[in-house]
Order: sequence, then structure tokens, then C-alpha cells
Amino acid sequence: MTSAPDLAIVGAGPAGLAAAIEGARLGLAVALYDEQPEPGGQIFRAAESVAAGKGAPLAAFGADYAEGPQLVARFRASPAAAGYMPRTTIWLLDRQRTLGHVQDGKARMLRPKRVLIATGAQERPVPLPGWTTPGVMTVGAAQGLMKSAGQVPEPPFALCGSGPLLYQFAAQLVAAGERRFTVLDTTPKGRWARALPFLPGALRDTDLLLKGLGLMQKVRMAGVPVLRHVRDVAVHGNGRVEHVTFRHGNHLGELPVQLLLLHQGVVPNVSLSLSVPLRHVWDAAQRCFRPALDAWGNSDVAGIAVAGDGGGIGGWQAATAQGELAALEAAHALGRIERAERDRQAAPIRARLKTALAARGLIDTLYAPPPLAALADATIVCRCEEVTAGQVRAAIAMGDTNPNAVKSRTRAGMGPCQGRMCGLTVSELVAHARGLPPDAAGTYRLRPPIKPLPVAVLADLDTSAVEEEEDAT
Amino acid sequence: MFRTLRPAAQAEAVTITYEGRPLSVPQGISIAAALLGAGEMVCKSMPTSGADRAPYCLMGACFDCQVLVDEQPTPVQACLTPVRPGLAVRRVPRPTPVPEGVAHD
Repeated sequence: MTSAPDLAIVGAGPAGLAAAIEGARLGLAVALYDEQPEPGGQIFRAAESVAAGKGAPLAAFGADYAEGPQLVARFRASPAAAGYMPRTTIWLLDRQRTLGHVQDGKARMLRPKRVLIATGAQERPVPLPGWTTPGVMTVGAAQGLMKSAGQVPEPPFALCGSGPLLYQFAAQLVAAGERRFTVLDTTPKGRWARALPFLPGALRDTDLLLKGLGLMQKVRMAGVPVLRHVRDVAVHGNGRVEHVTFRHGNHLGELPVQLLLLHQGVVPNVSLSLSVPLRHVWDAAQRCFRPALDAWGNSDVAGIAVAGDGGGIGGWQAATAQGELAALEAAHALGRIERAERDRQAAPIRARLKTALAARGLIDTLYAPPPLAALADATIVCRCEEVTAGQVRAAIAMGDTNPNAVKSRTRAGMGPCQGRMCGLTVSELVAHARGLPPDAAGTYRLRPPIKPLPVAVLADLDTSAVEEEEDAT
Repeated sequence: MFRTLRPAAQAEAVTITYEGRPLSVPQGISIAAALLGAGEMVCKSMPTSGADRAPYCLMGACFDCQVLVDEQPTPVQACLTPVRPGLAVRRVPRPTPVPEGVAHD
């Protein structure tokens, strides 16, 4: 594509795919950038390959995942597919909508008329002793391997943490014939009582509730040991995981494992939206930062919108609805449809969105992450620079009143991941120490390139598309 | 570490090397998946402590799976880079600290 697209979408998960299909239907020239080799995002990772019989059997992944190949097929059949760029990393987006991408070692800059950030979620990093040891991975990582490479973990291993994905993956392993593992469920006692007020709302989505309970049942019926209300998890091993220790009731447990798969829910992937920067707010219910958006996904920066989990966790069905709404808004903003037409077409999508979000309050309350006060000083917070919670707390005690000051003093957040693994923890530690809400403490200030770019690639950067536009104005 | 569910489906294998050792791995998967399937985990040694690191998130966020490939001077993310025949994968070594008293150019 030589001319700038009407709508550039970052991320080919449910939100990005739905926005691309809808945008193309409305006559927009769409470009869709994604890091993975196949469309689908993390939830529908490798959906086409799995449906084609490569890798793990489709049936093992359950009914939700089976929707993936259909969504991807709709995208492939849409004119939007012409603007699909897989294996492409976005390293720049600024307030003028200058977008920088790199594919196969070739970097370019362009200025689309509208940009939709659909970067989805990442697993919430929850530091615990030994979590940098080789053999500790996330549940999402192992699930991604099962989807994209048809691989399952070899015993002895354990799943550890809290949240719907824990039992979803456990059930998928059982369906694939693997039962030789343990589930360490860290959801604290009493969460159901606290979540009860959200039950009536969640009953609008009984499917989802029954599905969740069914997964747990399936894992237990298969004879997989499930230890509930586990606390104080720590990983031990010299150079690789050898065993995991924990508290269960009144006794200390110890389990020999070669793999420990962690999960504590998901949070918006805000690297790109923070780097613009868009205005972000603290979501107290989901304990994460998310961009401040209107009902169409518009951010505070003209022409930049966000859809899907990157704007707040809602799951894949909410994401497709938000993607479609953002495409309608883009078509309206670019003069393709009247306001009344936009609103008319949006009405059924909004009804879908409402149902999709019905169970959020229940899920957020049931699976809220553990308080940071329990984080031991010796535990590594910043994986890249190996900065501990104690070093971050010491920096705060020396007067560092925001995450950027902590970063300058300790190097936390300066490594290759650019704070993706420690940003939330450092913001919360600062907030906790100062007795403020985390949005008052703030976030790291992210700067482009938001992913490392070799100097040789930068030296060959093609900026012609942006320069032509600037010459013309 | 990880086993392949349906080995019969691995119709095509490619040979890569890891630290000079040949590994036969399924075509089309990522370097990270190939290493984990072959029982290899370590991707890099950390600059600060020298500790070994292995893939953690496998979705391009954590950068713990950075490896060196062929003769390229800058590391790539093993989870986002597909295997291809003959690919030479090496761990990212811990950078050698500049000795005290040595002047920078």
C-alpha cells in the first residue's frame, strides 16, 4: 500500500479482525498489522492451522475457540485481507498518527487517517520468589504452544494461580489426554461471598457461568489434583525449576516439577497507547491502567481509538463488538456514513456488547490479584534488569515519588521489555507507599521505539510516505 | 519439556542448530517452540547476574526468549521468529564487563 490507509489497525485479534471486516464493508481502505504469522490474536492463535488439522485437535480447545476459524475465514474473504501485514511489529505511534512498522527487517513510517489500537491483553505479571527461573512460564504461553505448535507440557508440571484461564487450560490438557499434573489454585477463601452481589448481573450470561463451572468439574472428574486456597508459592531450583513450595491450609506443601505455569488474569496491553501518550485511567475493579475512551472507543487524541481488551478487559465477544463500533465511528468521521446511520447500525452491536460484559463484575471480584503488601523484598520485580521489590521500596523511601524516578534510580523498566513486565507492579508499589491511588502515582513514560529496533534497520527507514504528505501541506 | 501431540502430523521437519548441535524440528513453528520441544530452554544469560533465562510469556512481551541467529549482531525474539532450514541459534551471552580503568572510545 503506497497511499496512507483510511484505517490502520494494530493487532489481528478479535477486535482488530472485526474492525477490519466492518471497516472494509463500509468502504474504508484498511491496513491490519500483527506480530504473529497467522491472524487470530492470542485467544484464536493459529486458528487456521488448528482447523486445518495441523497441531492439536480442534475439539480439545472447546466451543469458544471453534469460533476462531470462522472469524478468520470471514476476514480472509473480506477486502480487508488485502491490507493484512503479518509478522509486523509497530514500534512508533505519535499524536500526529505517525505510525512506524517493521516487517522482515524493513522499517517504514506512514500517517493513516485513523488508527485503531487493538493490541489486546497480556497476562498480569505477578512477581513471586524464583519466577525468573528457567521452567517458569505463563499458562498463556503453554496454551499458545498447544495452539501454534501442537505441544503439551511433559510431567511433572503444575498450573498455579487464579482466573478462568487456569481451568480452561487444565480442561484443554485433559481433553488432549494429559492428566498427570497438579492445579495450585491461589484464589483466596471467601471470594464467592464477596462476588455474590454480582451474580444477578452475571446471570444475563448464564452460558459463560455454566461453562466456567463445567471446566472445573471436568478437571476434577479426570482425577487431576486441585489444591485450593494455596498461598506463599515459591520456586526453587539451580538454573532450572526443580520444585515448588507453598502453603495449603495449615501445612507446607512441596511438589517436584520441571515446569511451573503461572496465571493471574489478564490486563490491557498498554505499551503502544501509553507511548503516544493517550490519557490513561486506573481501573480499580480490574486493578490495571486502561486508556480513557468514549462509547466509540475514541481516545483523547484525535483520530486514535482503542478496541478490545487493550481498552479494558472484556473478553473476545466484547472485543468484536468494540471493533465493529470503532469501524462505524471511523466511517462516520471520514464522511462515509451519516451520524444517524452510524447510530442505527450500532444499536444491535451495543446490545451484544452489554451481554458480553454482563459477567465482568463477578469475574473481576472472584479473581482479583493478591495484594502487593505480600510481595517480599527479595523478590525480583523487573525481570530484565533484575531489580527487587526491596530496591524499588528503597528508592521510594529515598524520595522517588513516581515510577519514572524509580526507573532512573534503579533501572527498573529500562530493559528490552520496556516495563511490560514490571510497570504495573512499580506503579502499585509507589501508590501503596504514598497512600495514593495508582493513577495519582502514574505510569512509566514510554518512548519510541517501543520495541528494540536494530540501528541498521533504523538507518534504512523509509519515511517517504510521511514526507510526501508534509510537502503537500 | 514439551511433547508434540500428533507426531504423525509433523510431515515436514527442518534441521536447525542450537549452540552448534543439530536439532530436527517441525517446520512452521517458532524458534522458542522448537527449542522447548527439543528439551532446550536457555536463551540468554542476564547482564546483571549472569543467570540463565528461558521463554516466559511466548507472546512477544517479556523478551526473555531473545536469542542470536546466524551471524546477525542483534538478538531476535525466539517466540516471534519462525524456524527455517539451517538456522543457527545461539544463546545471548552475558556481556563482558568493561574492566576498570579502560577508557571508552
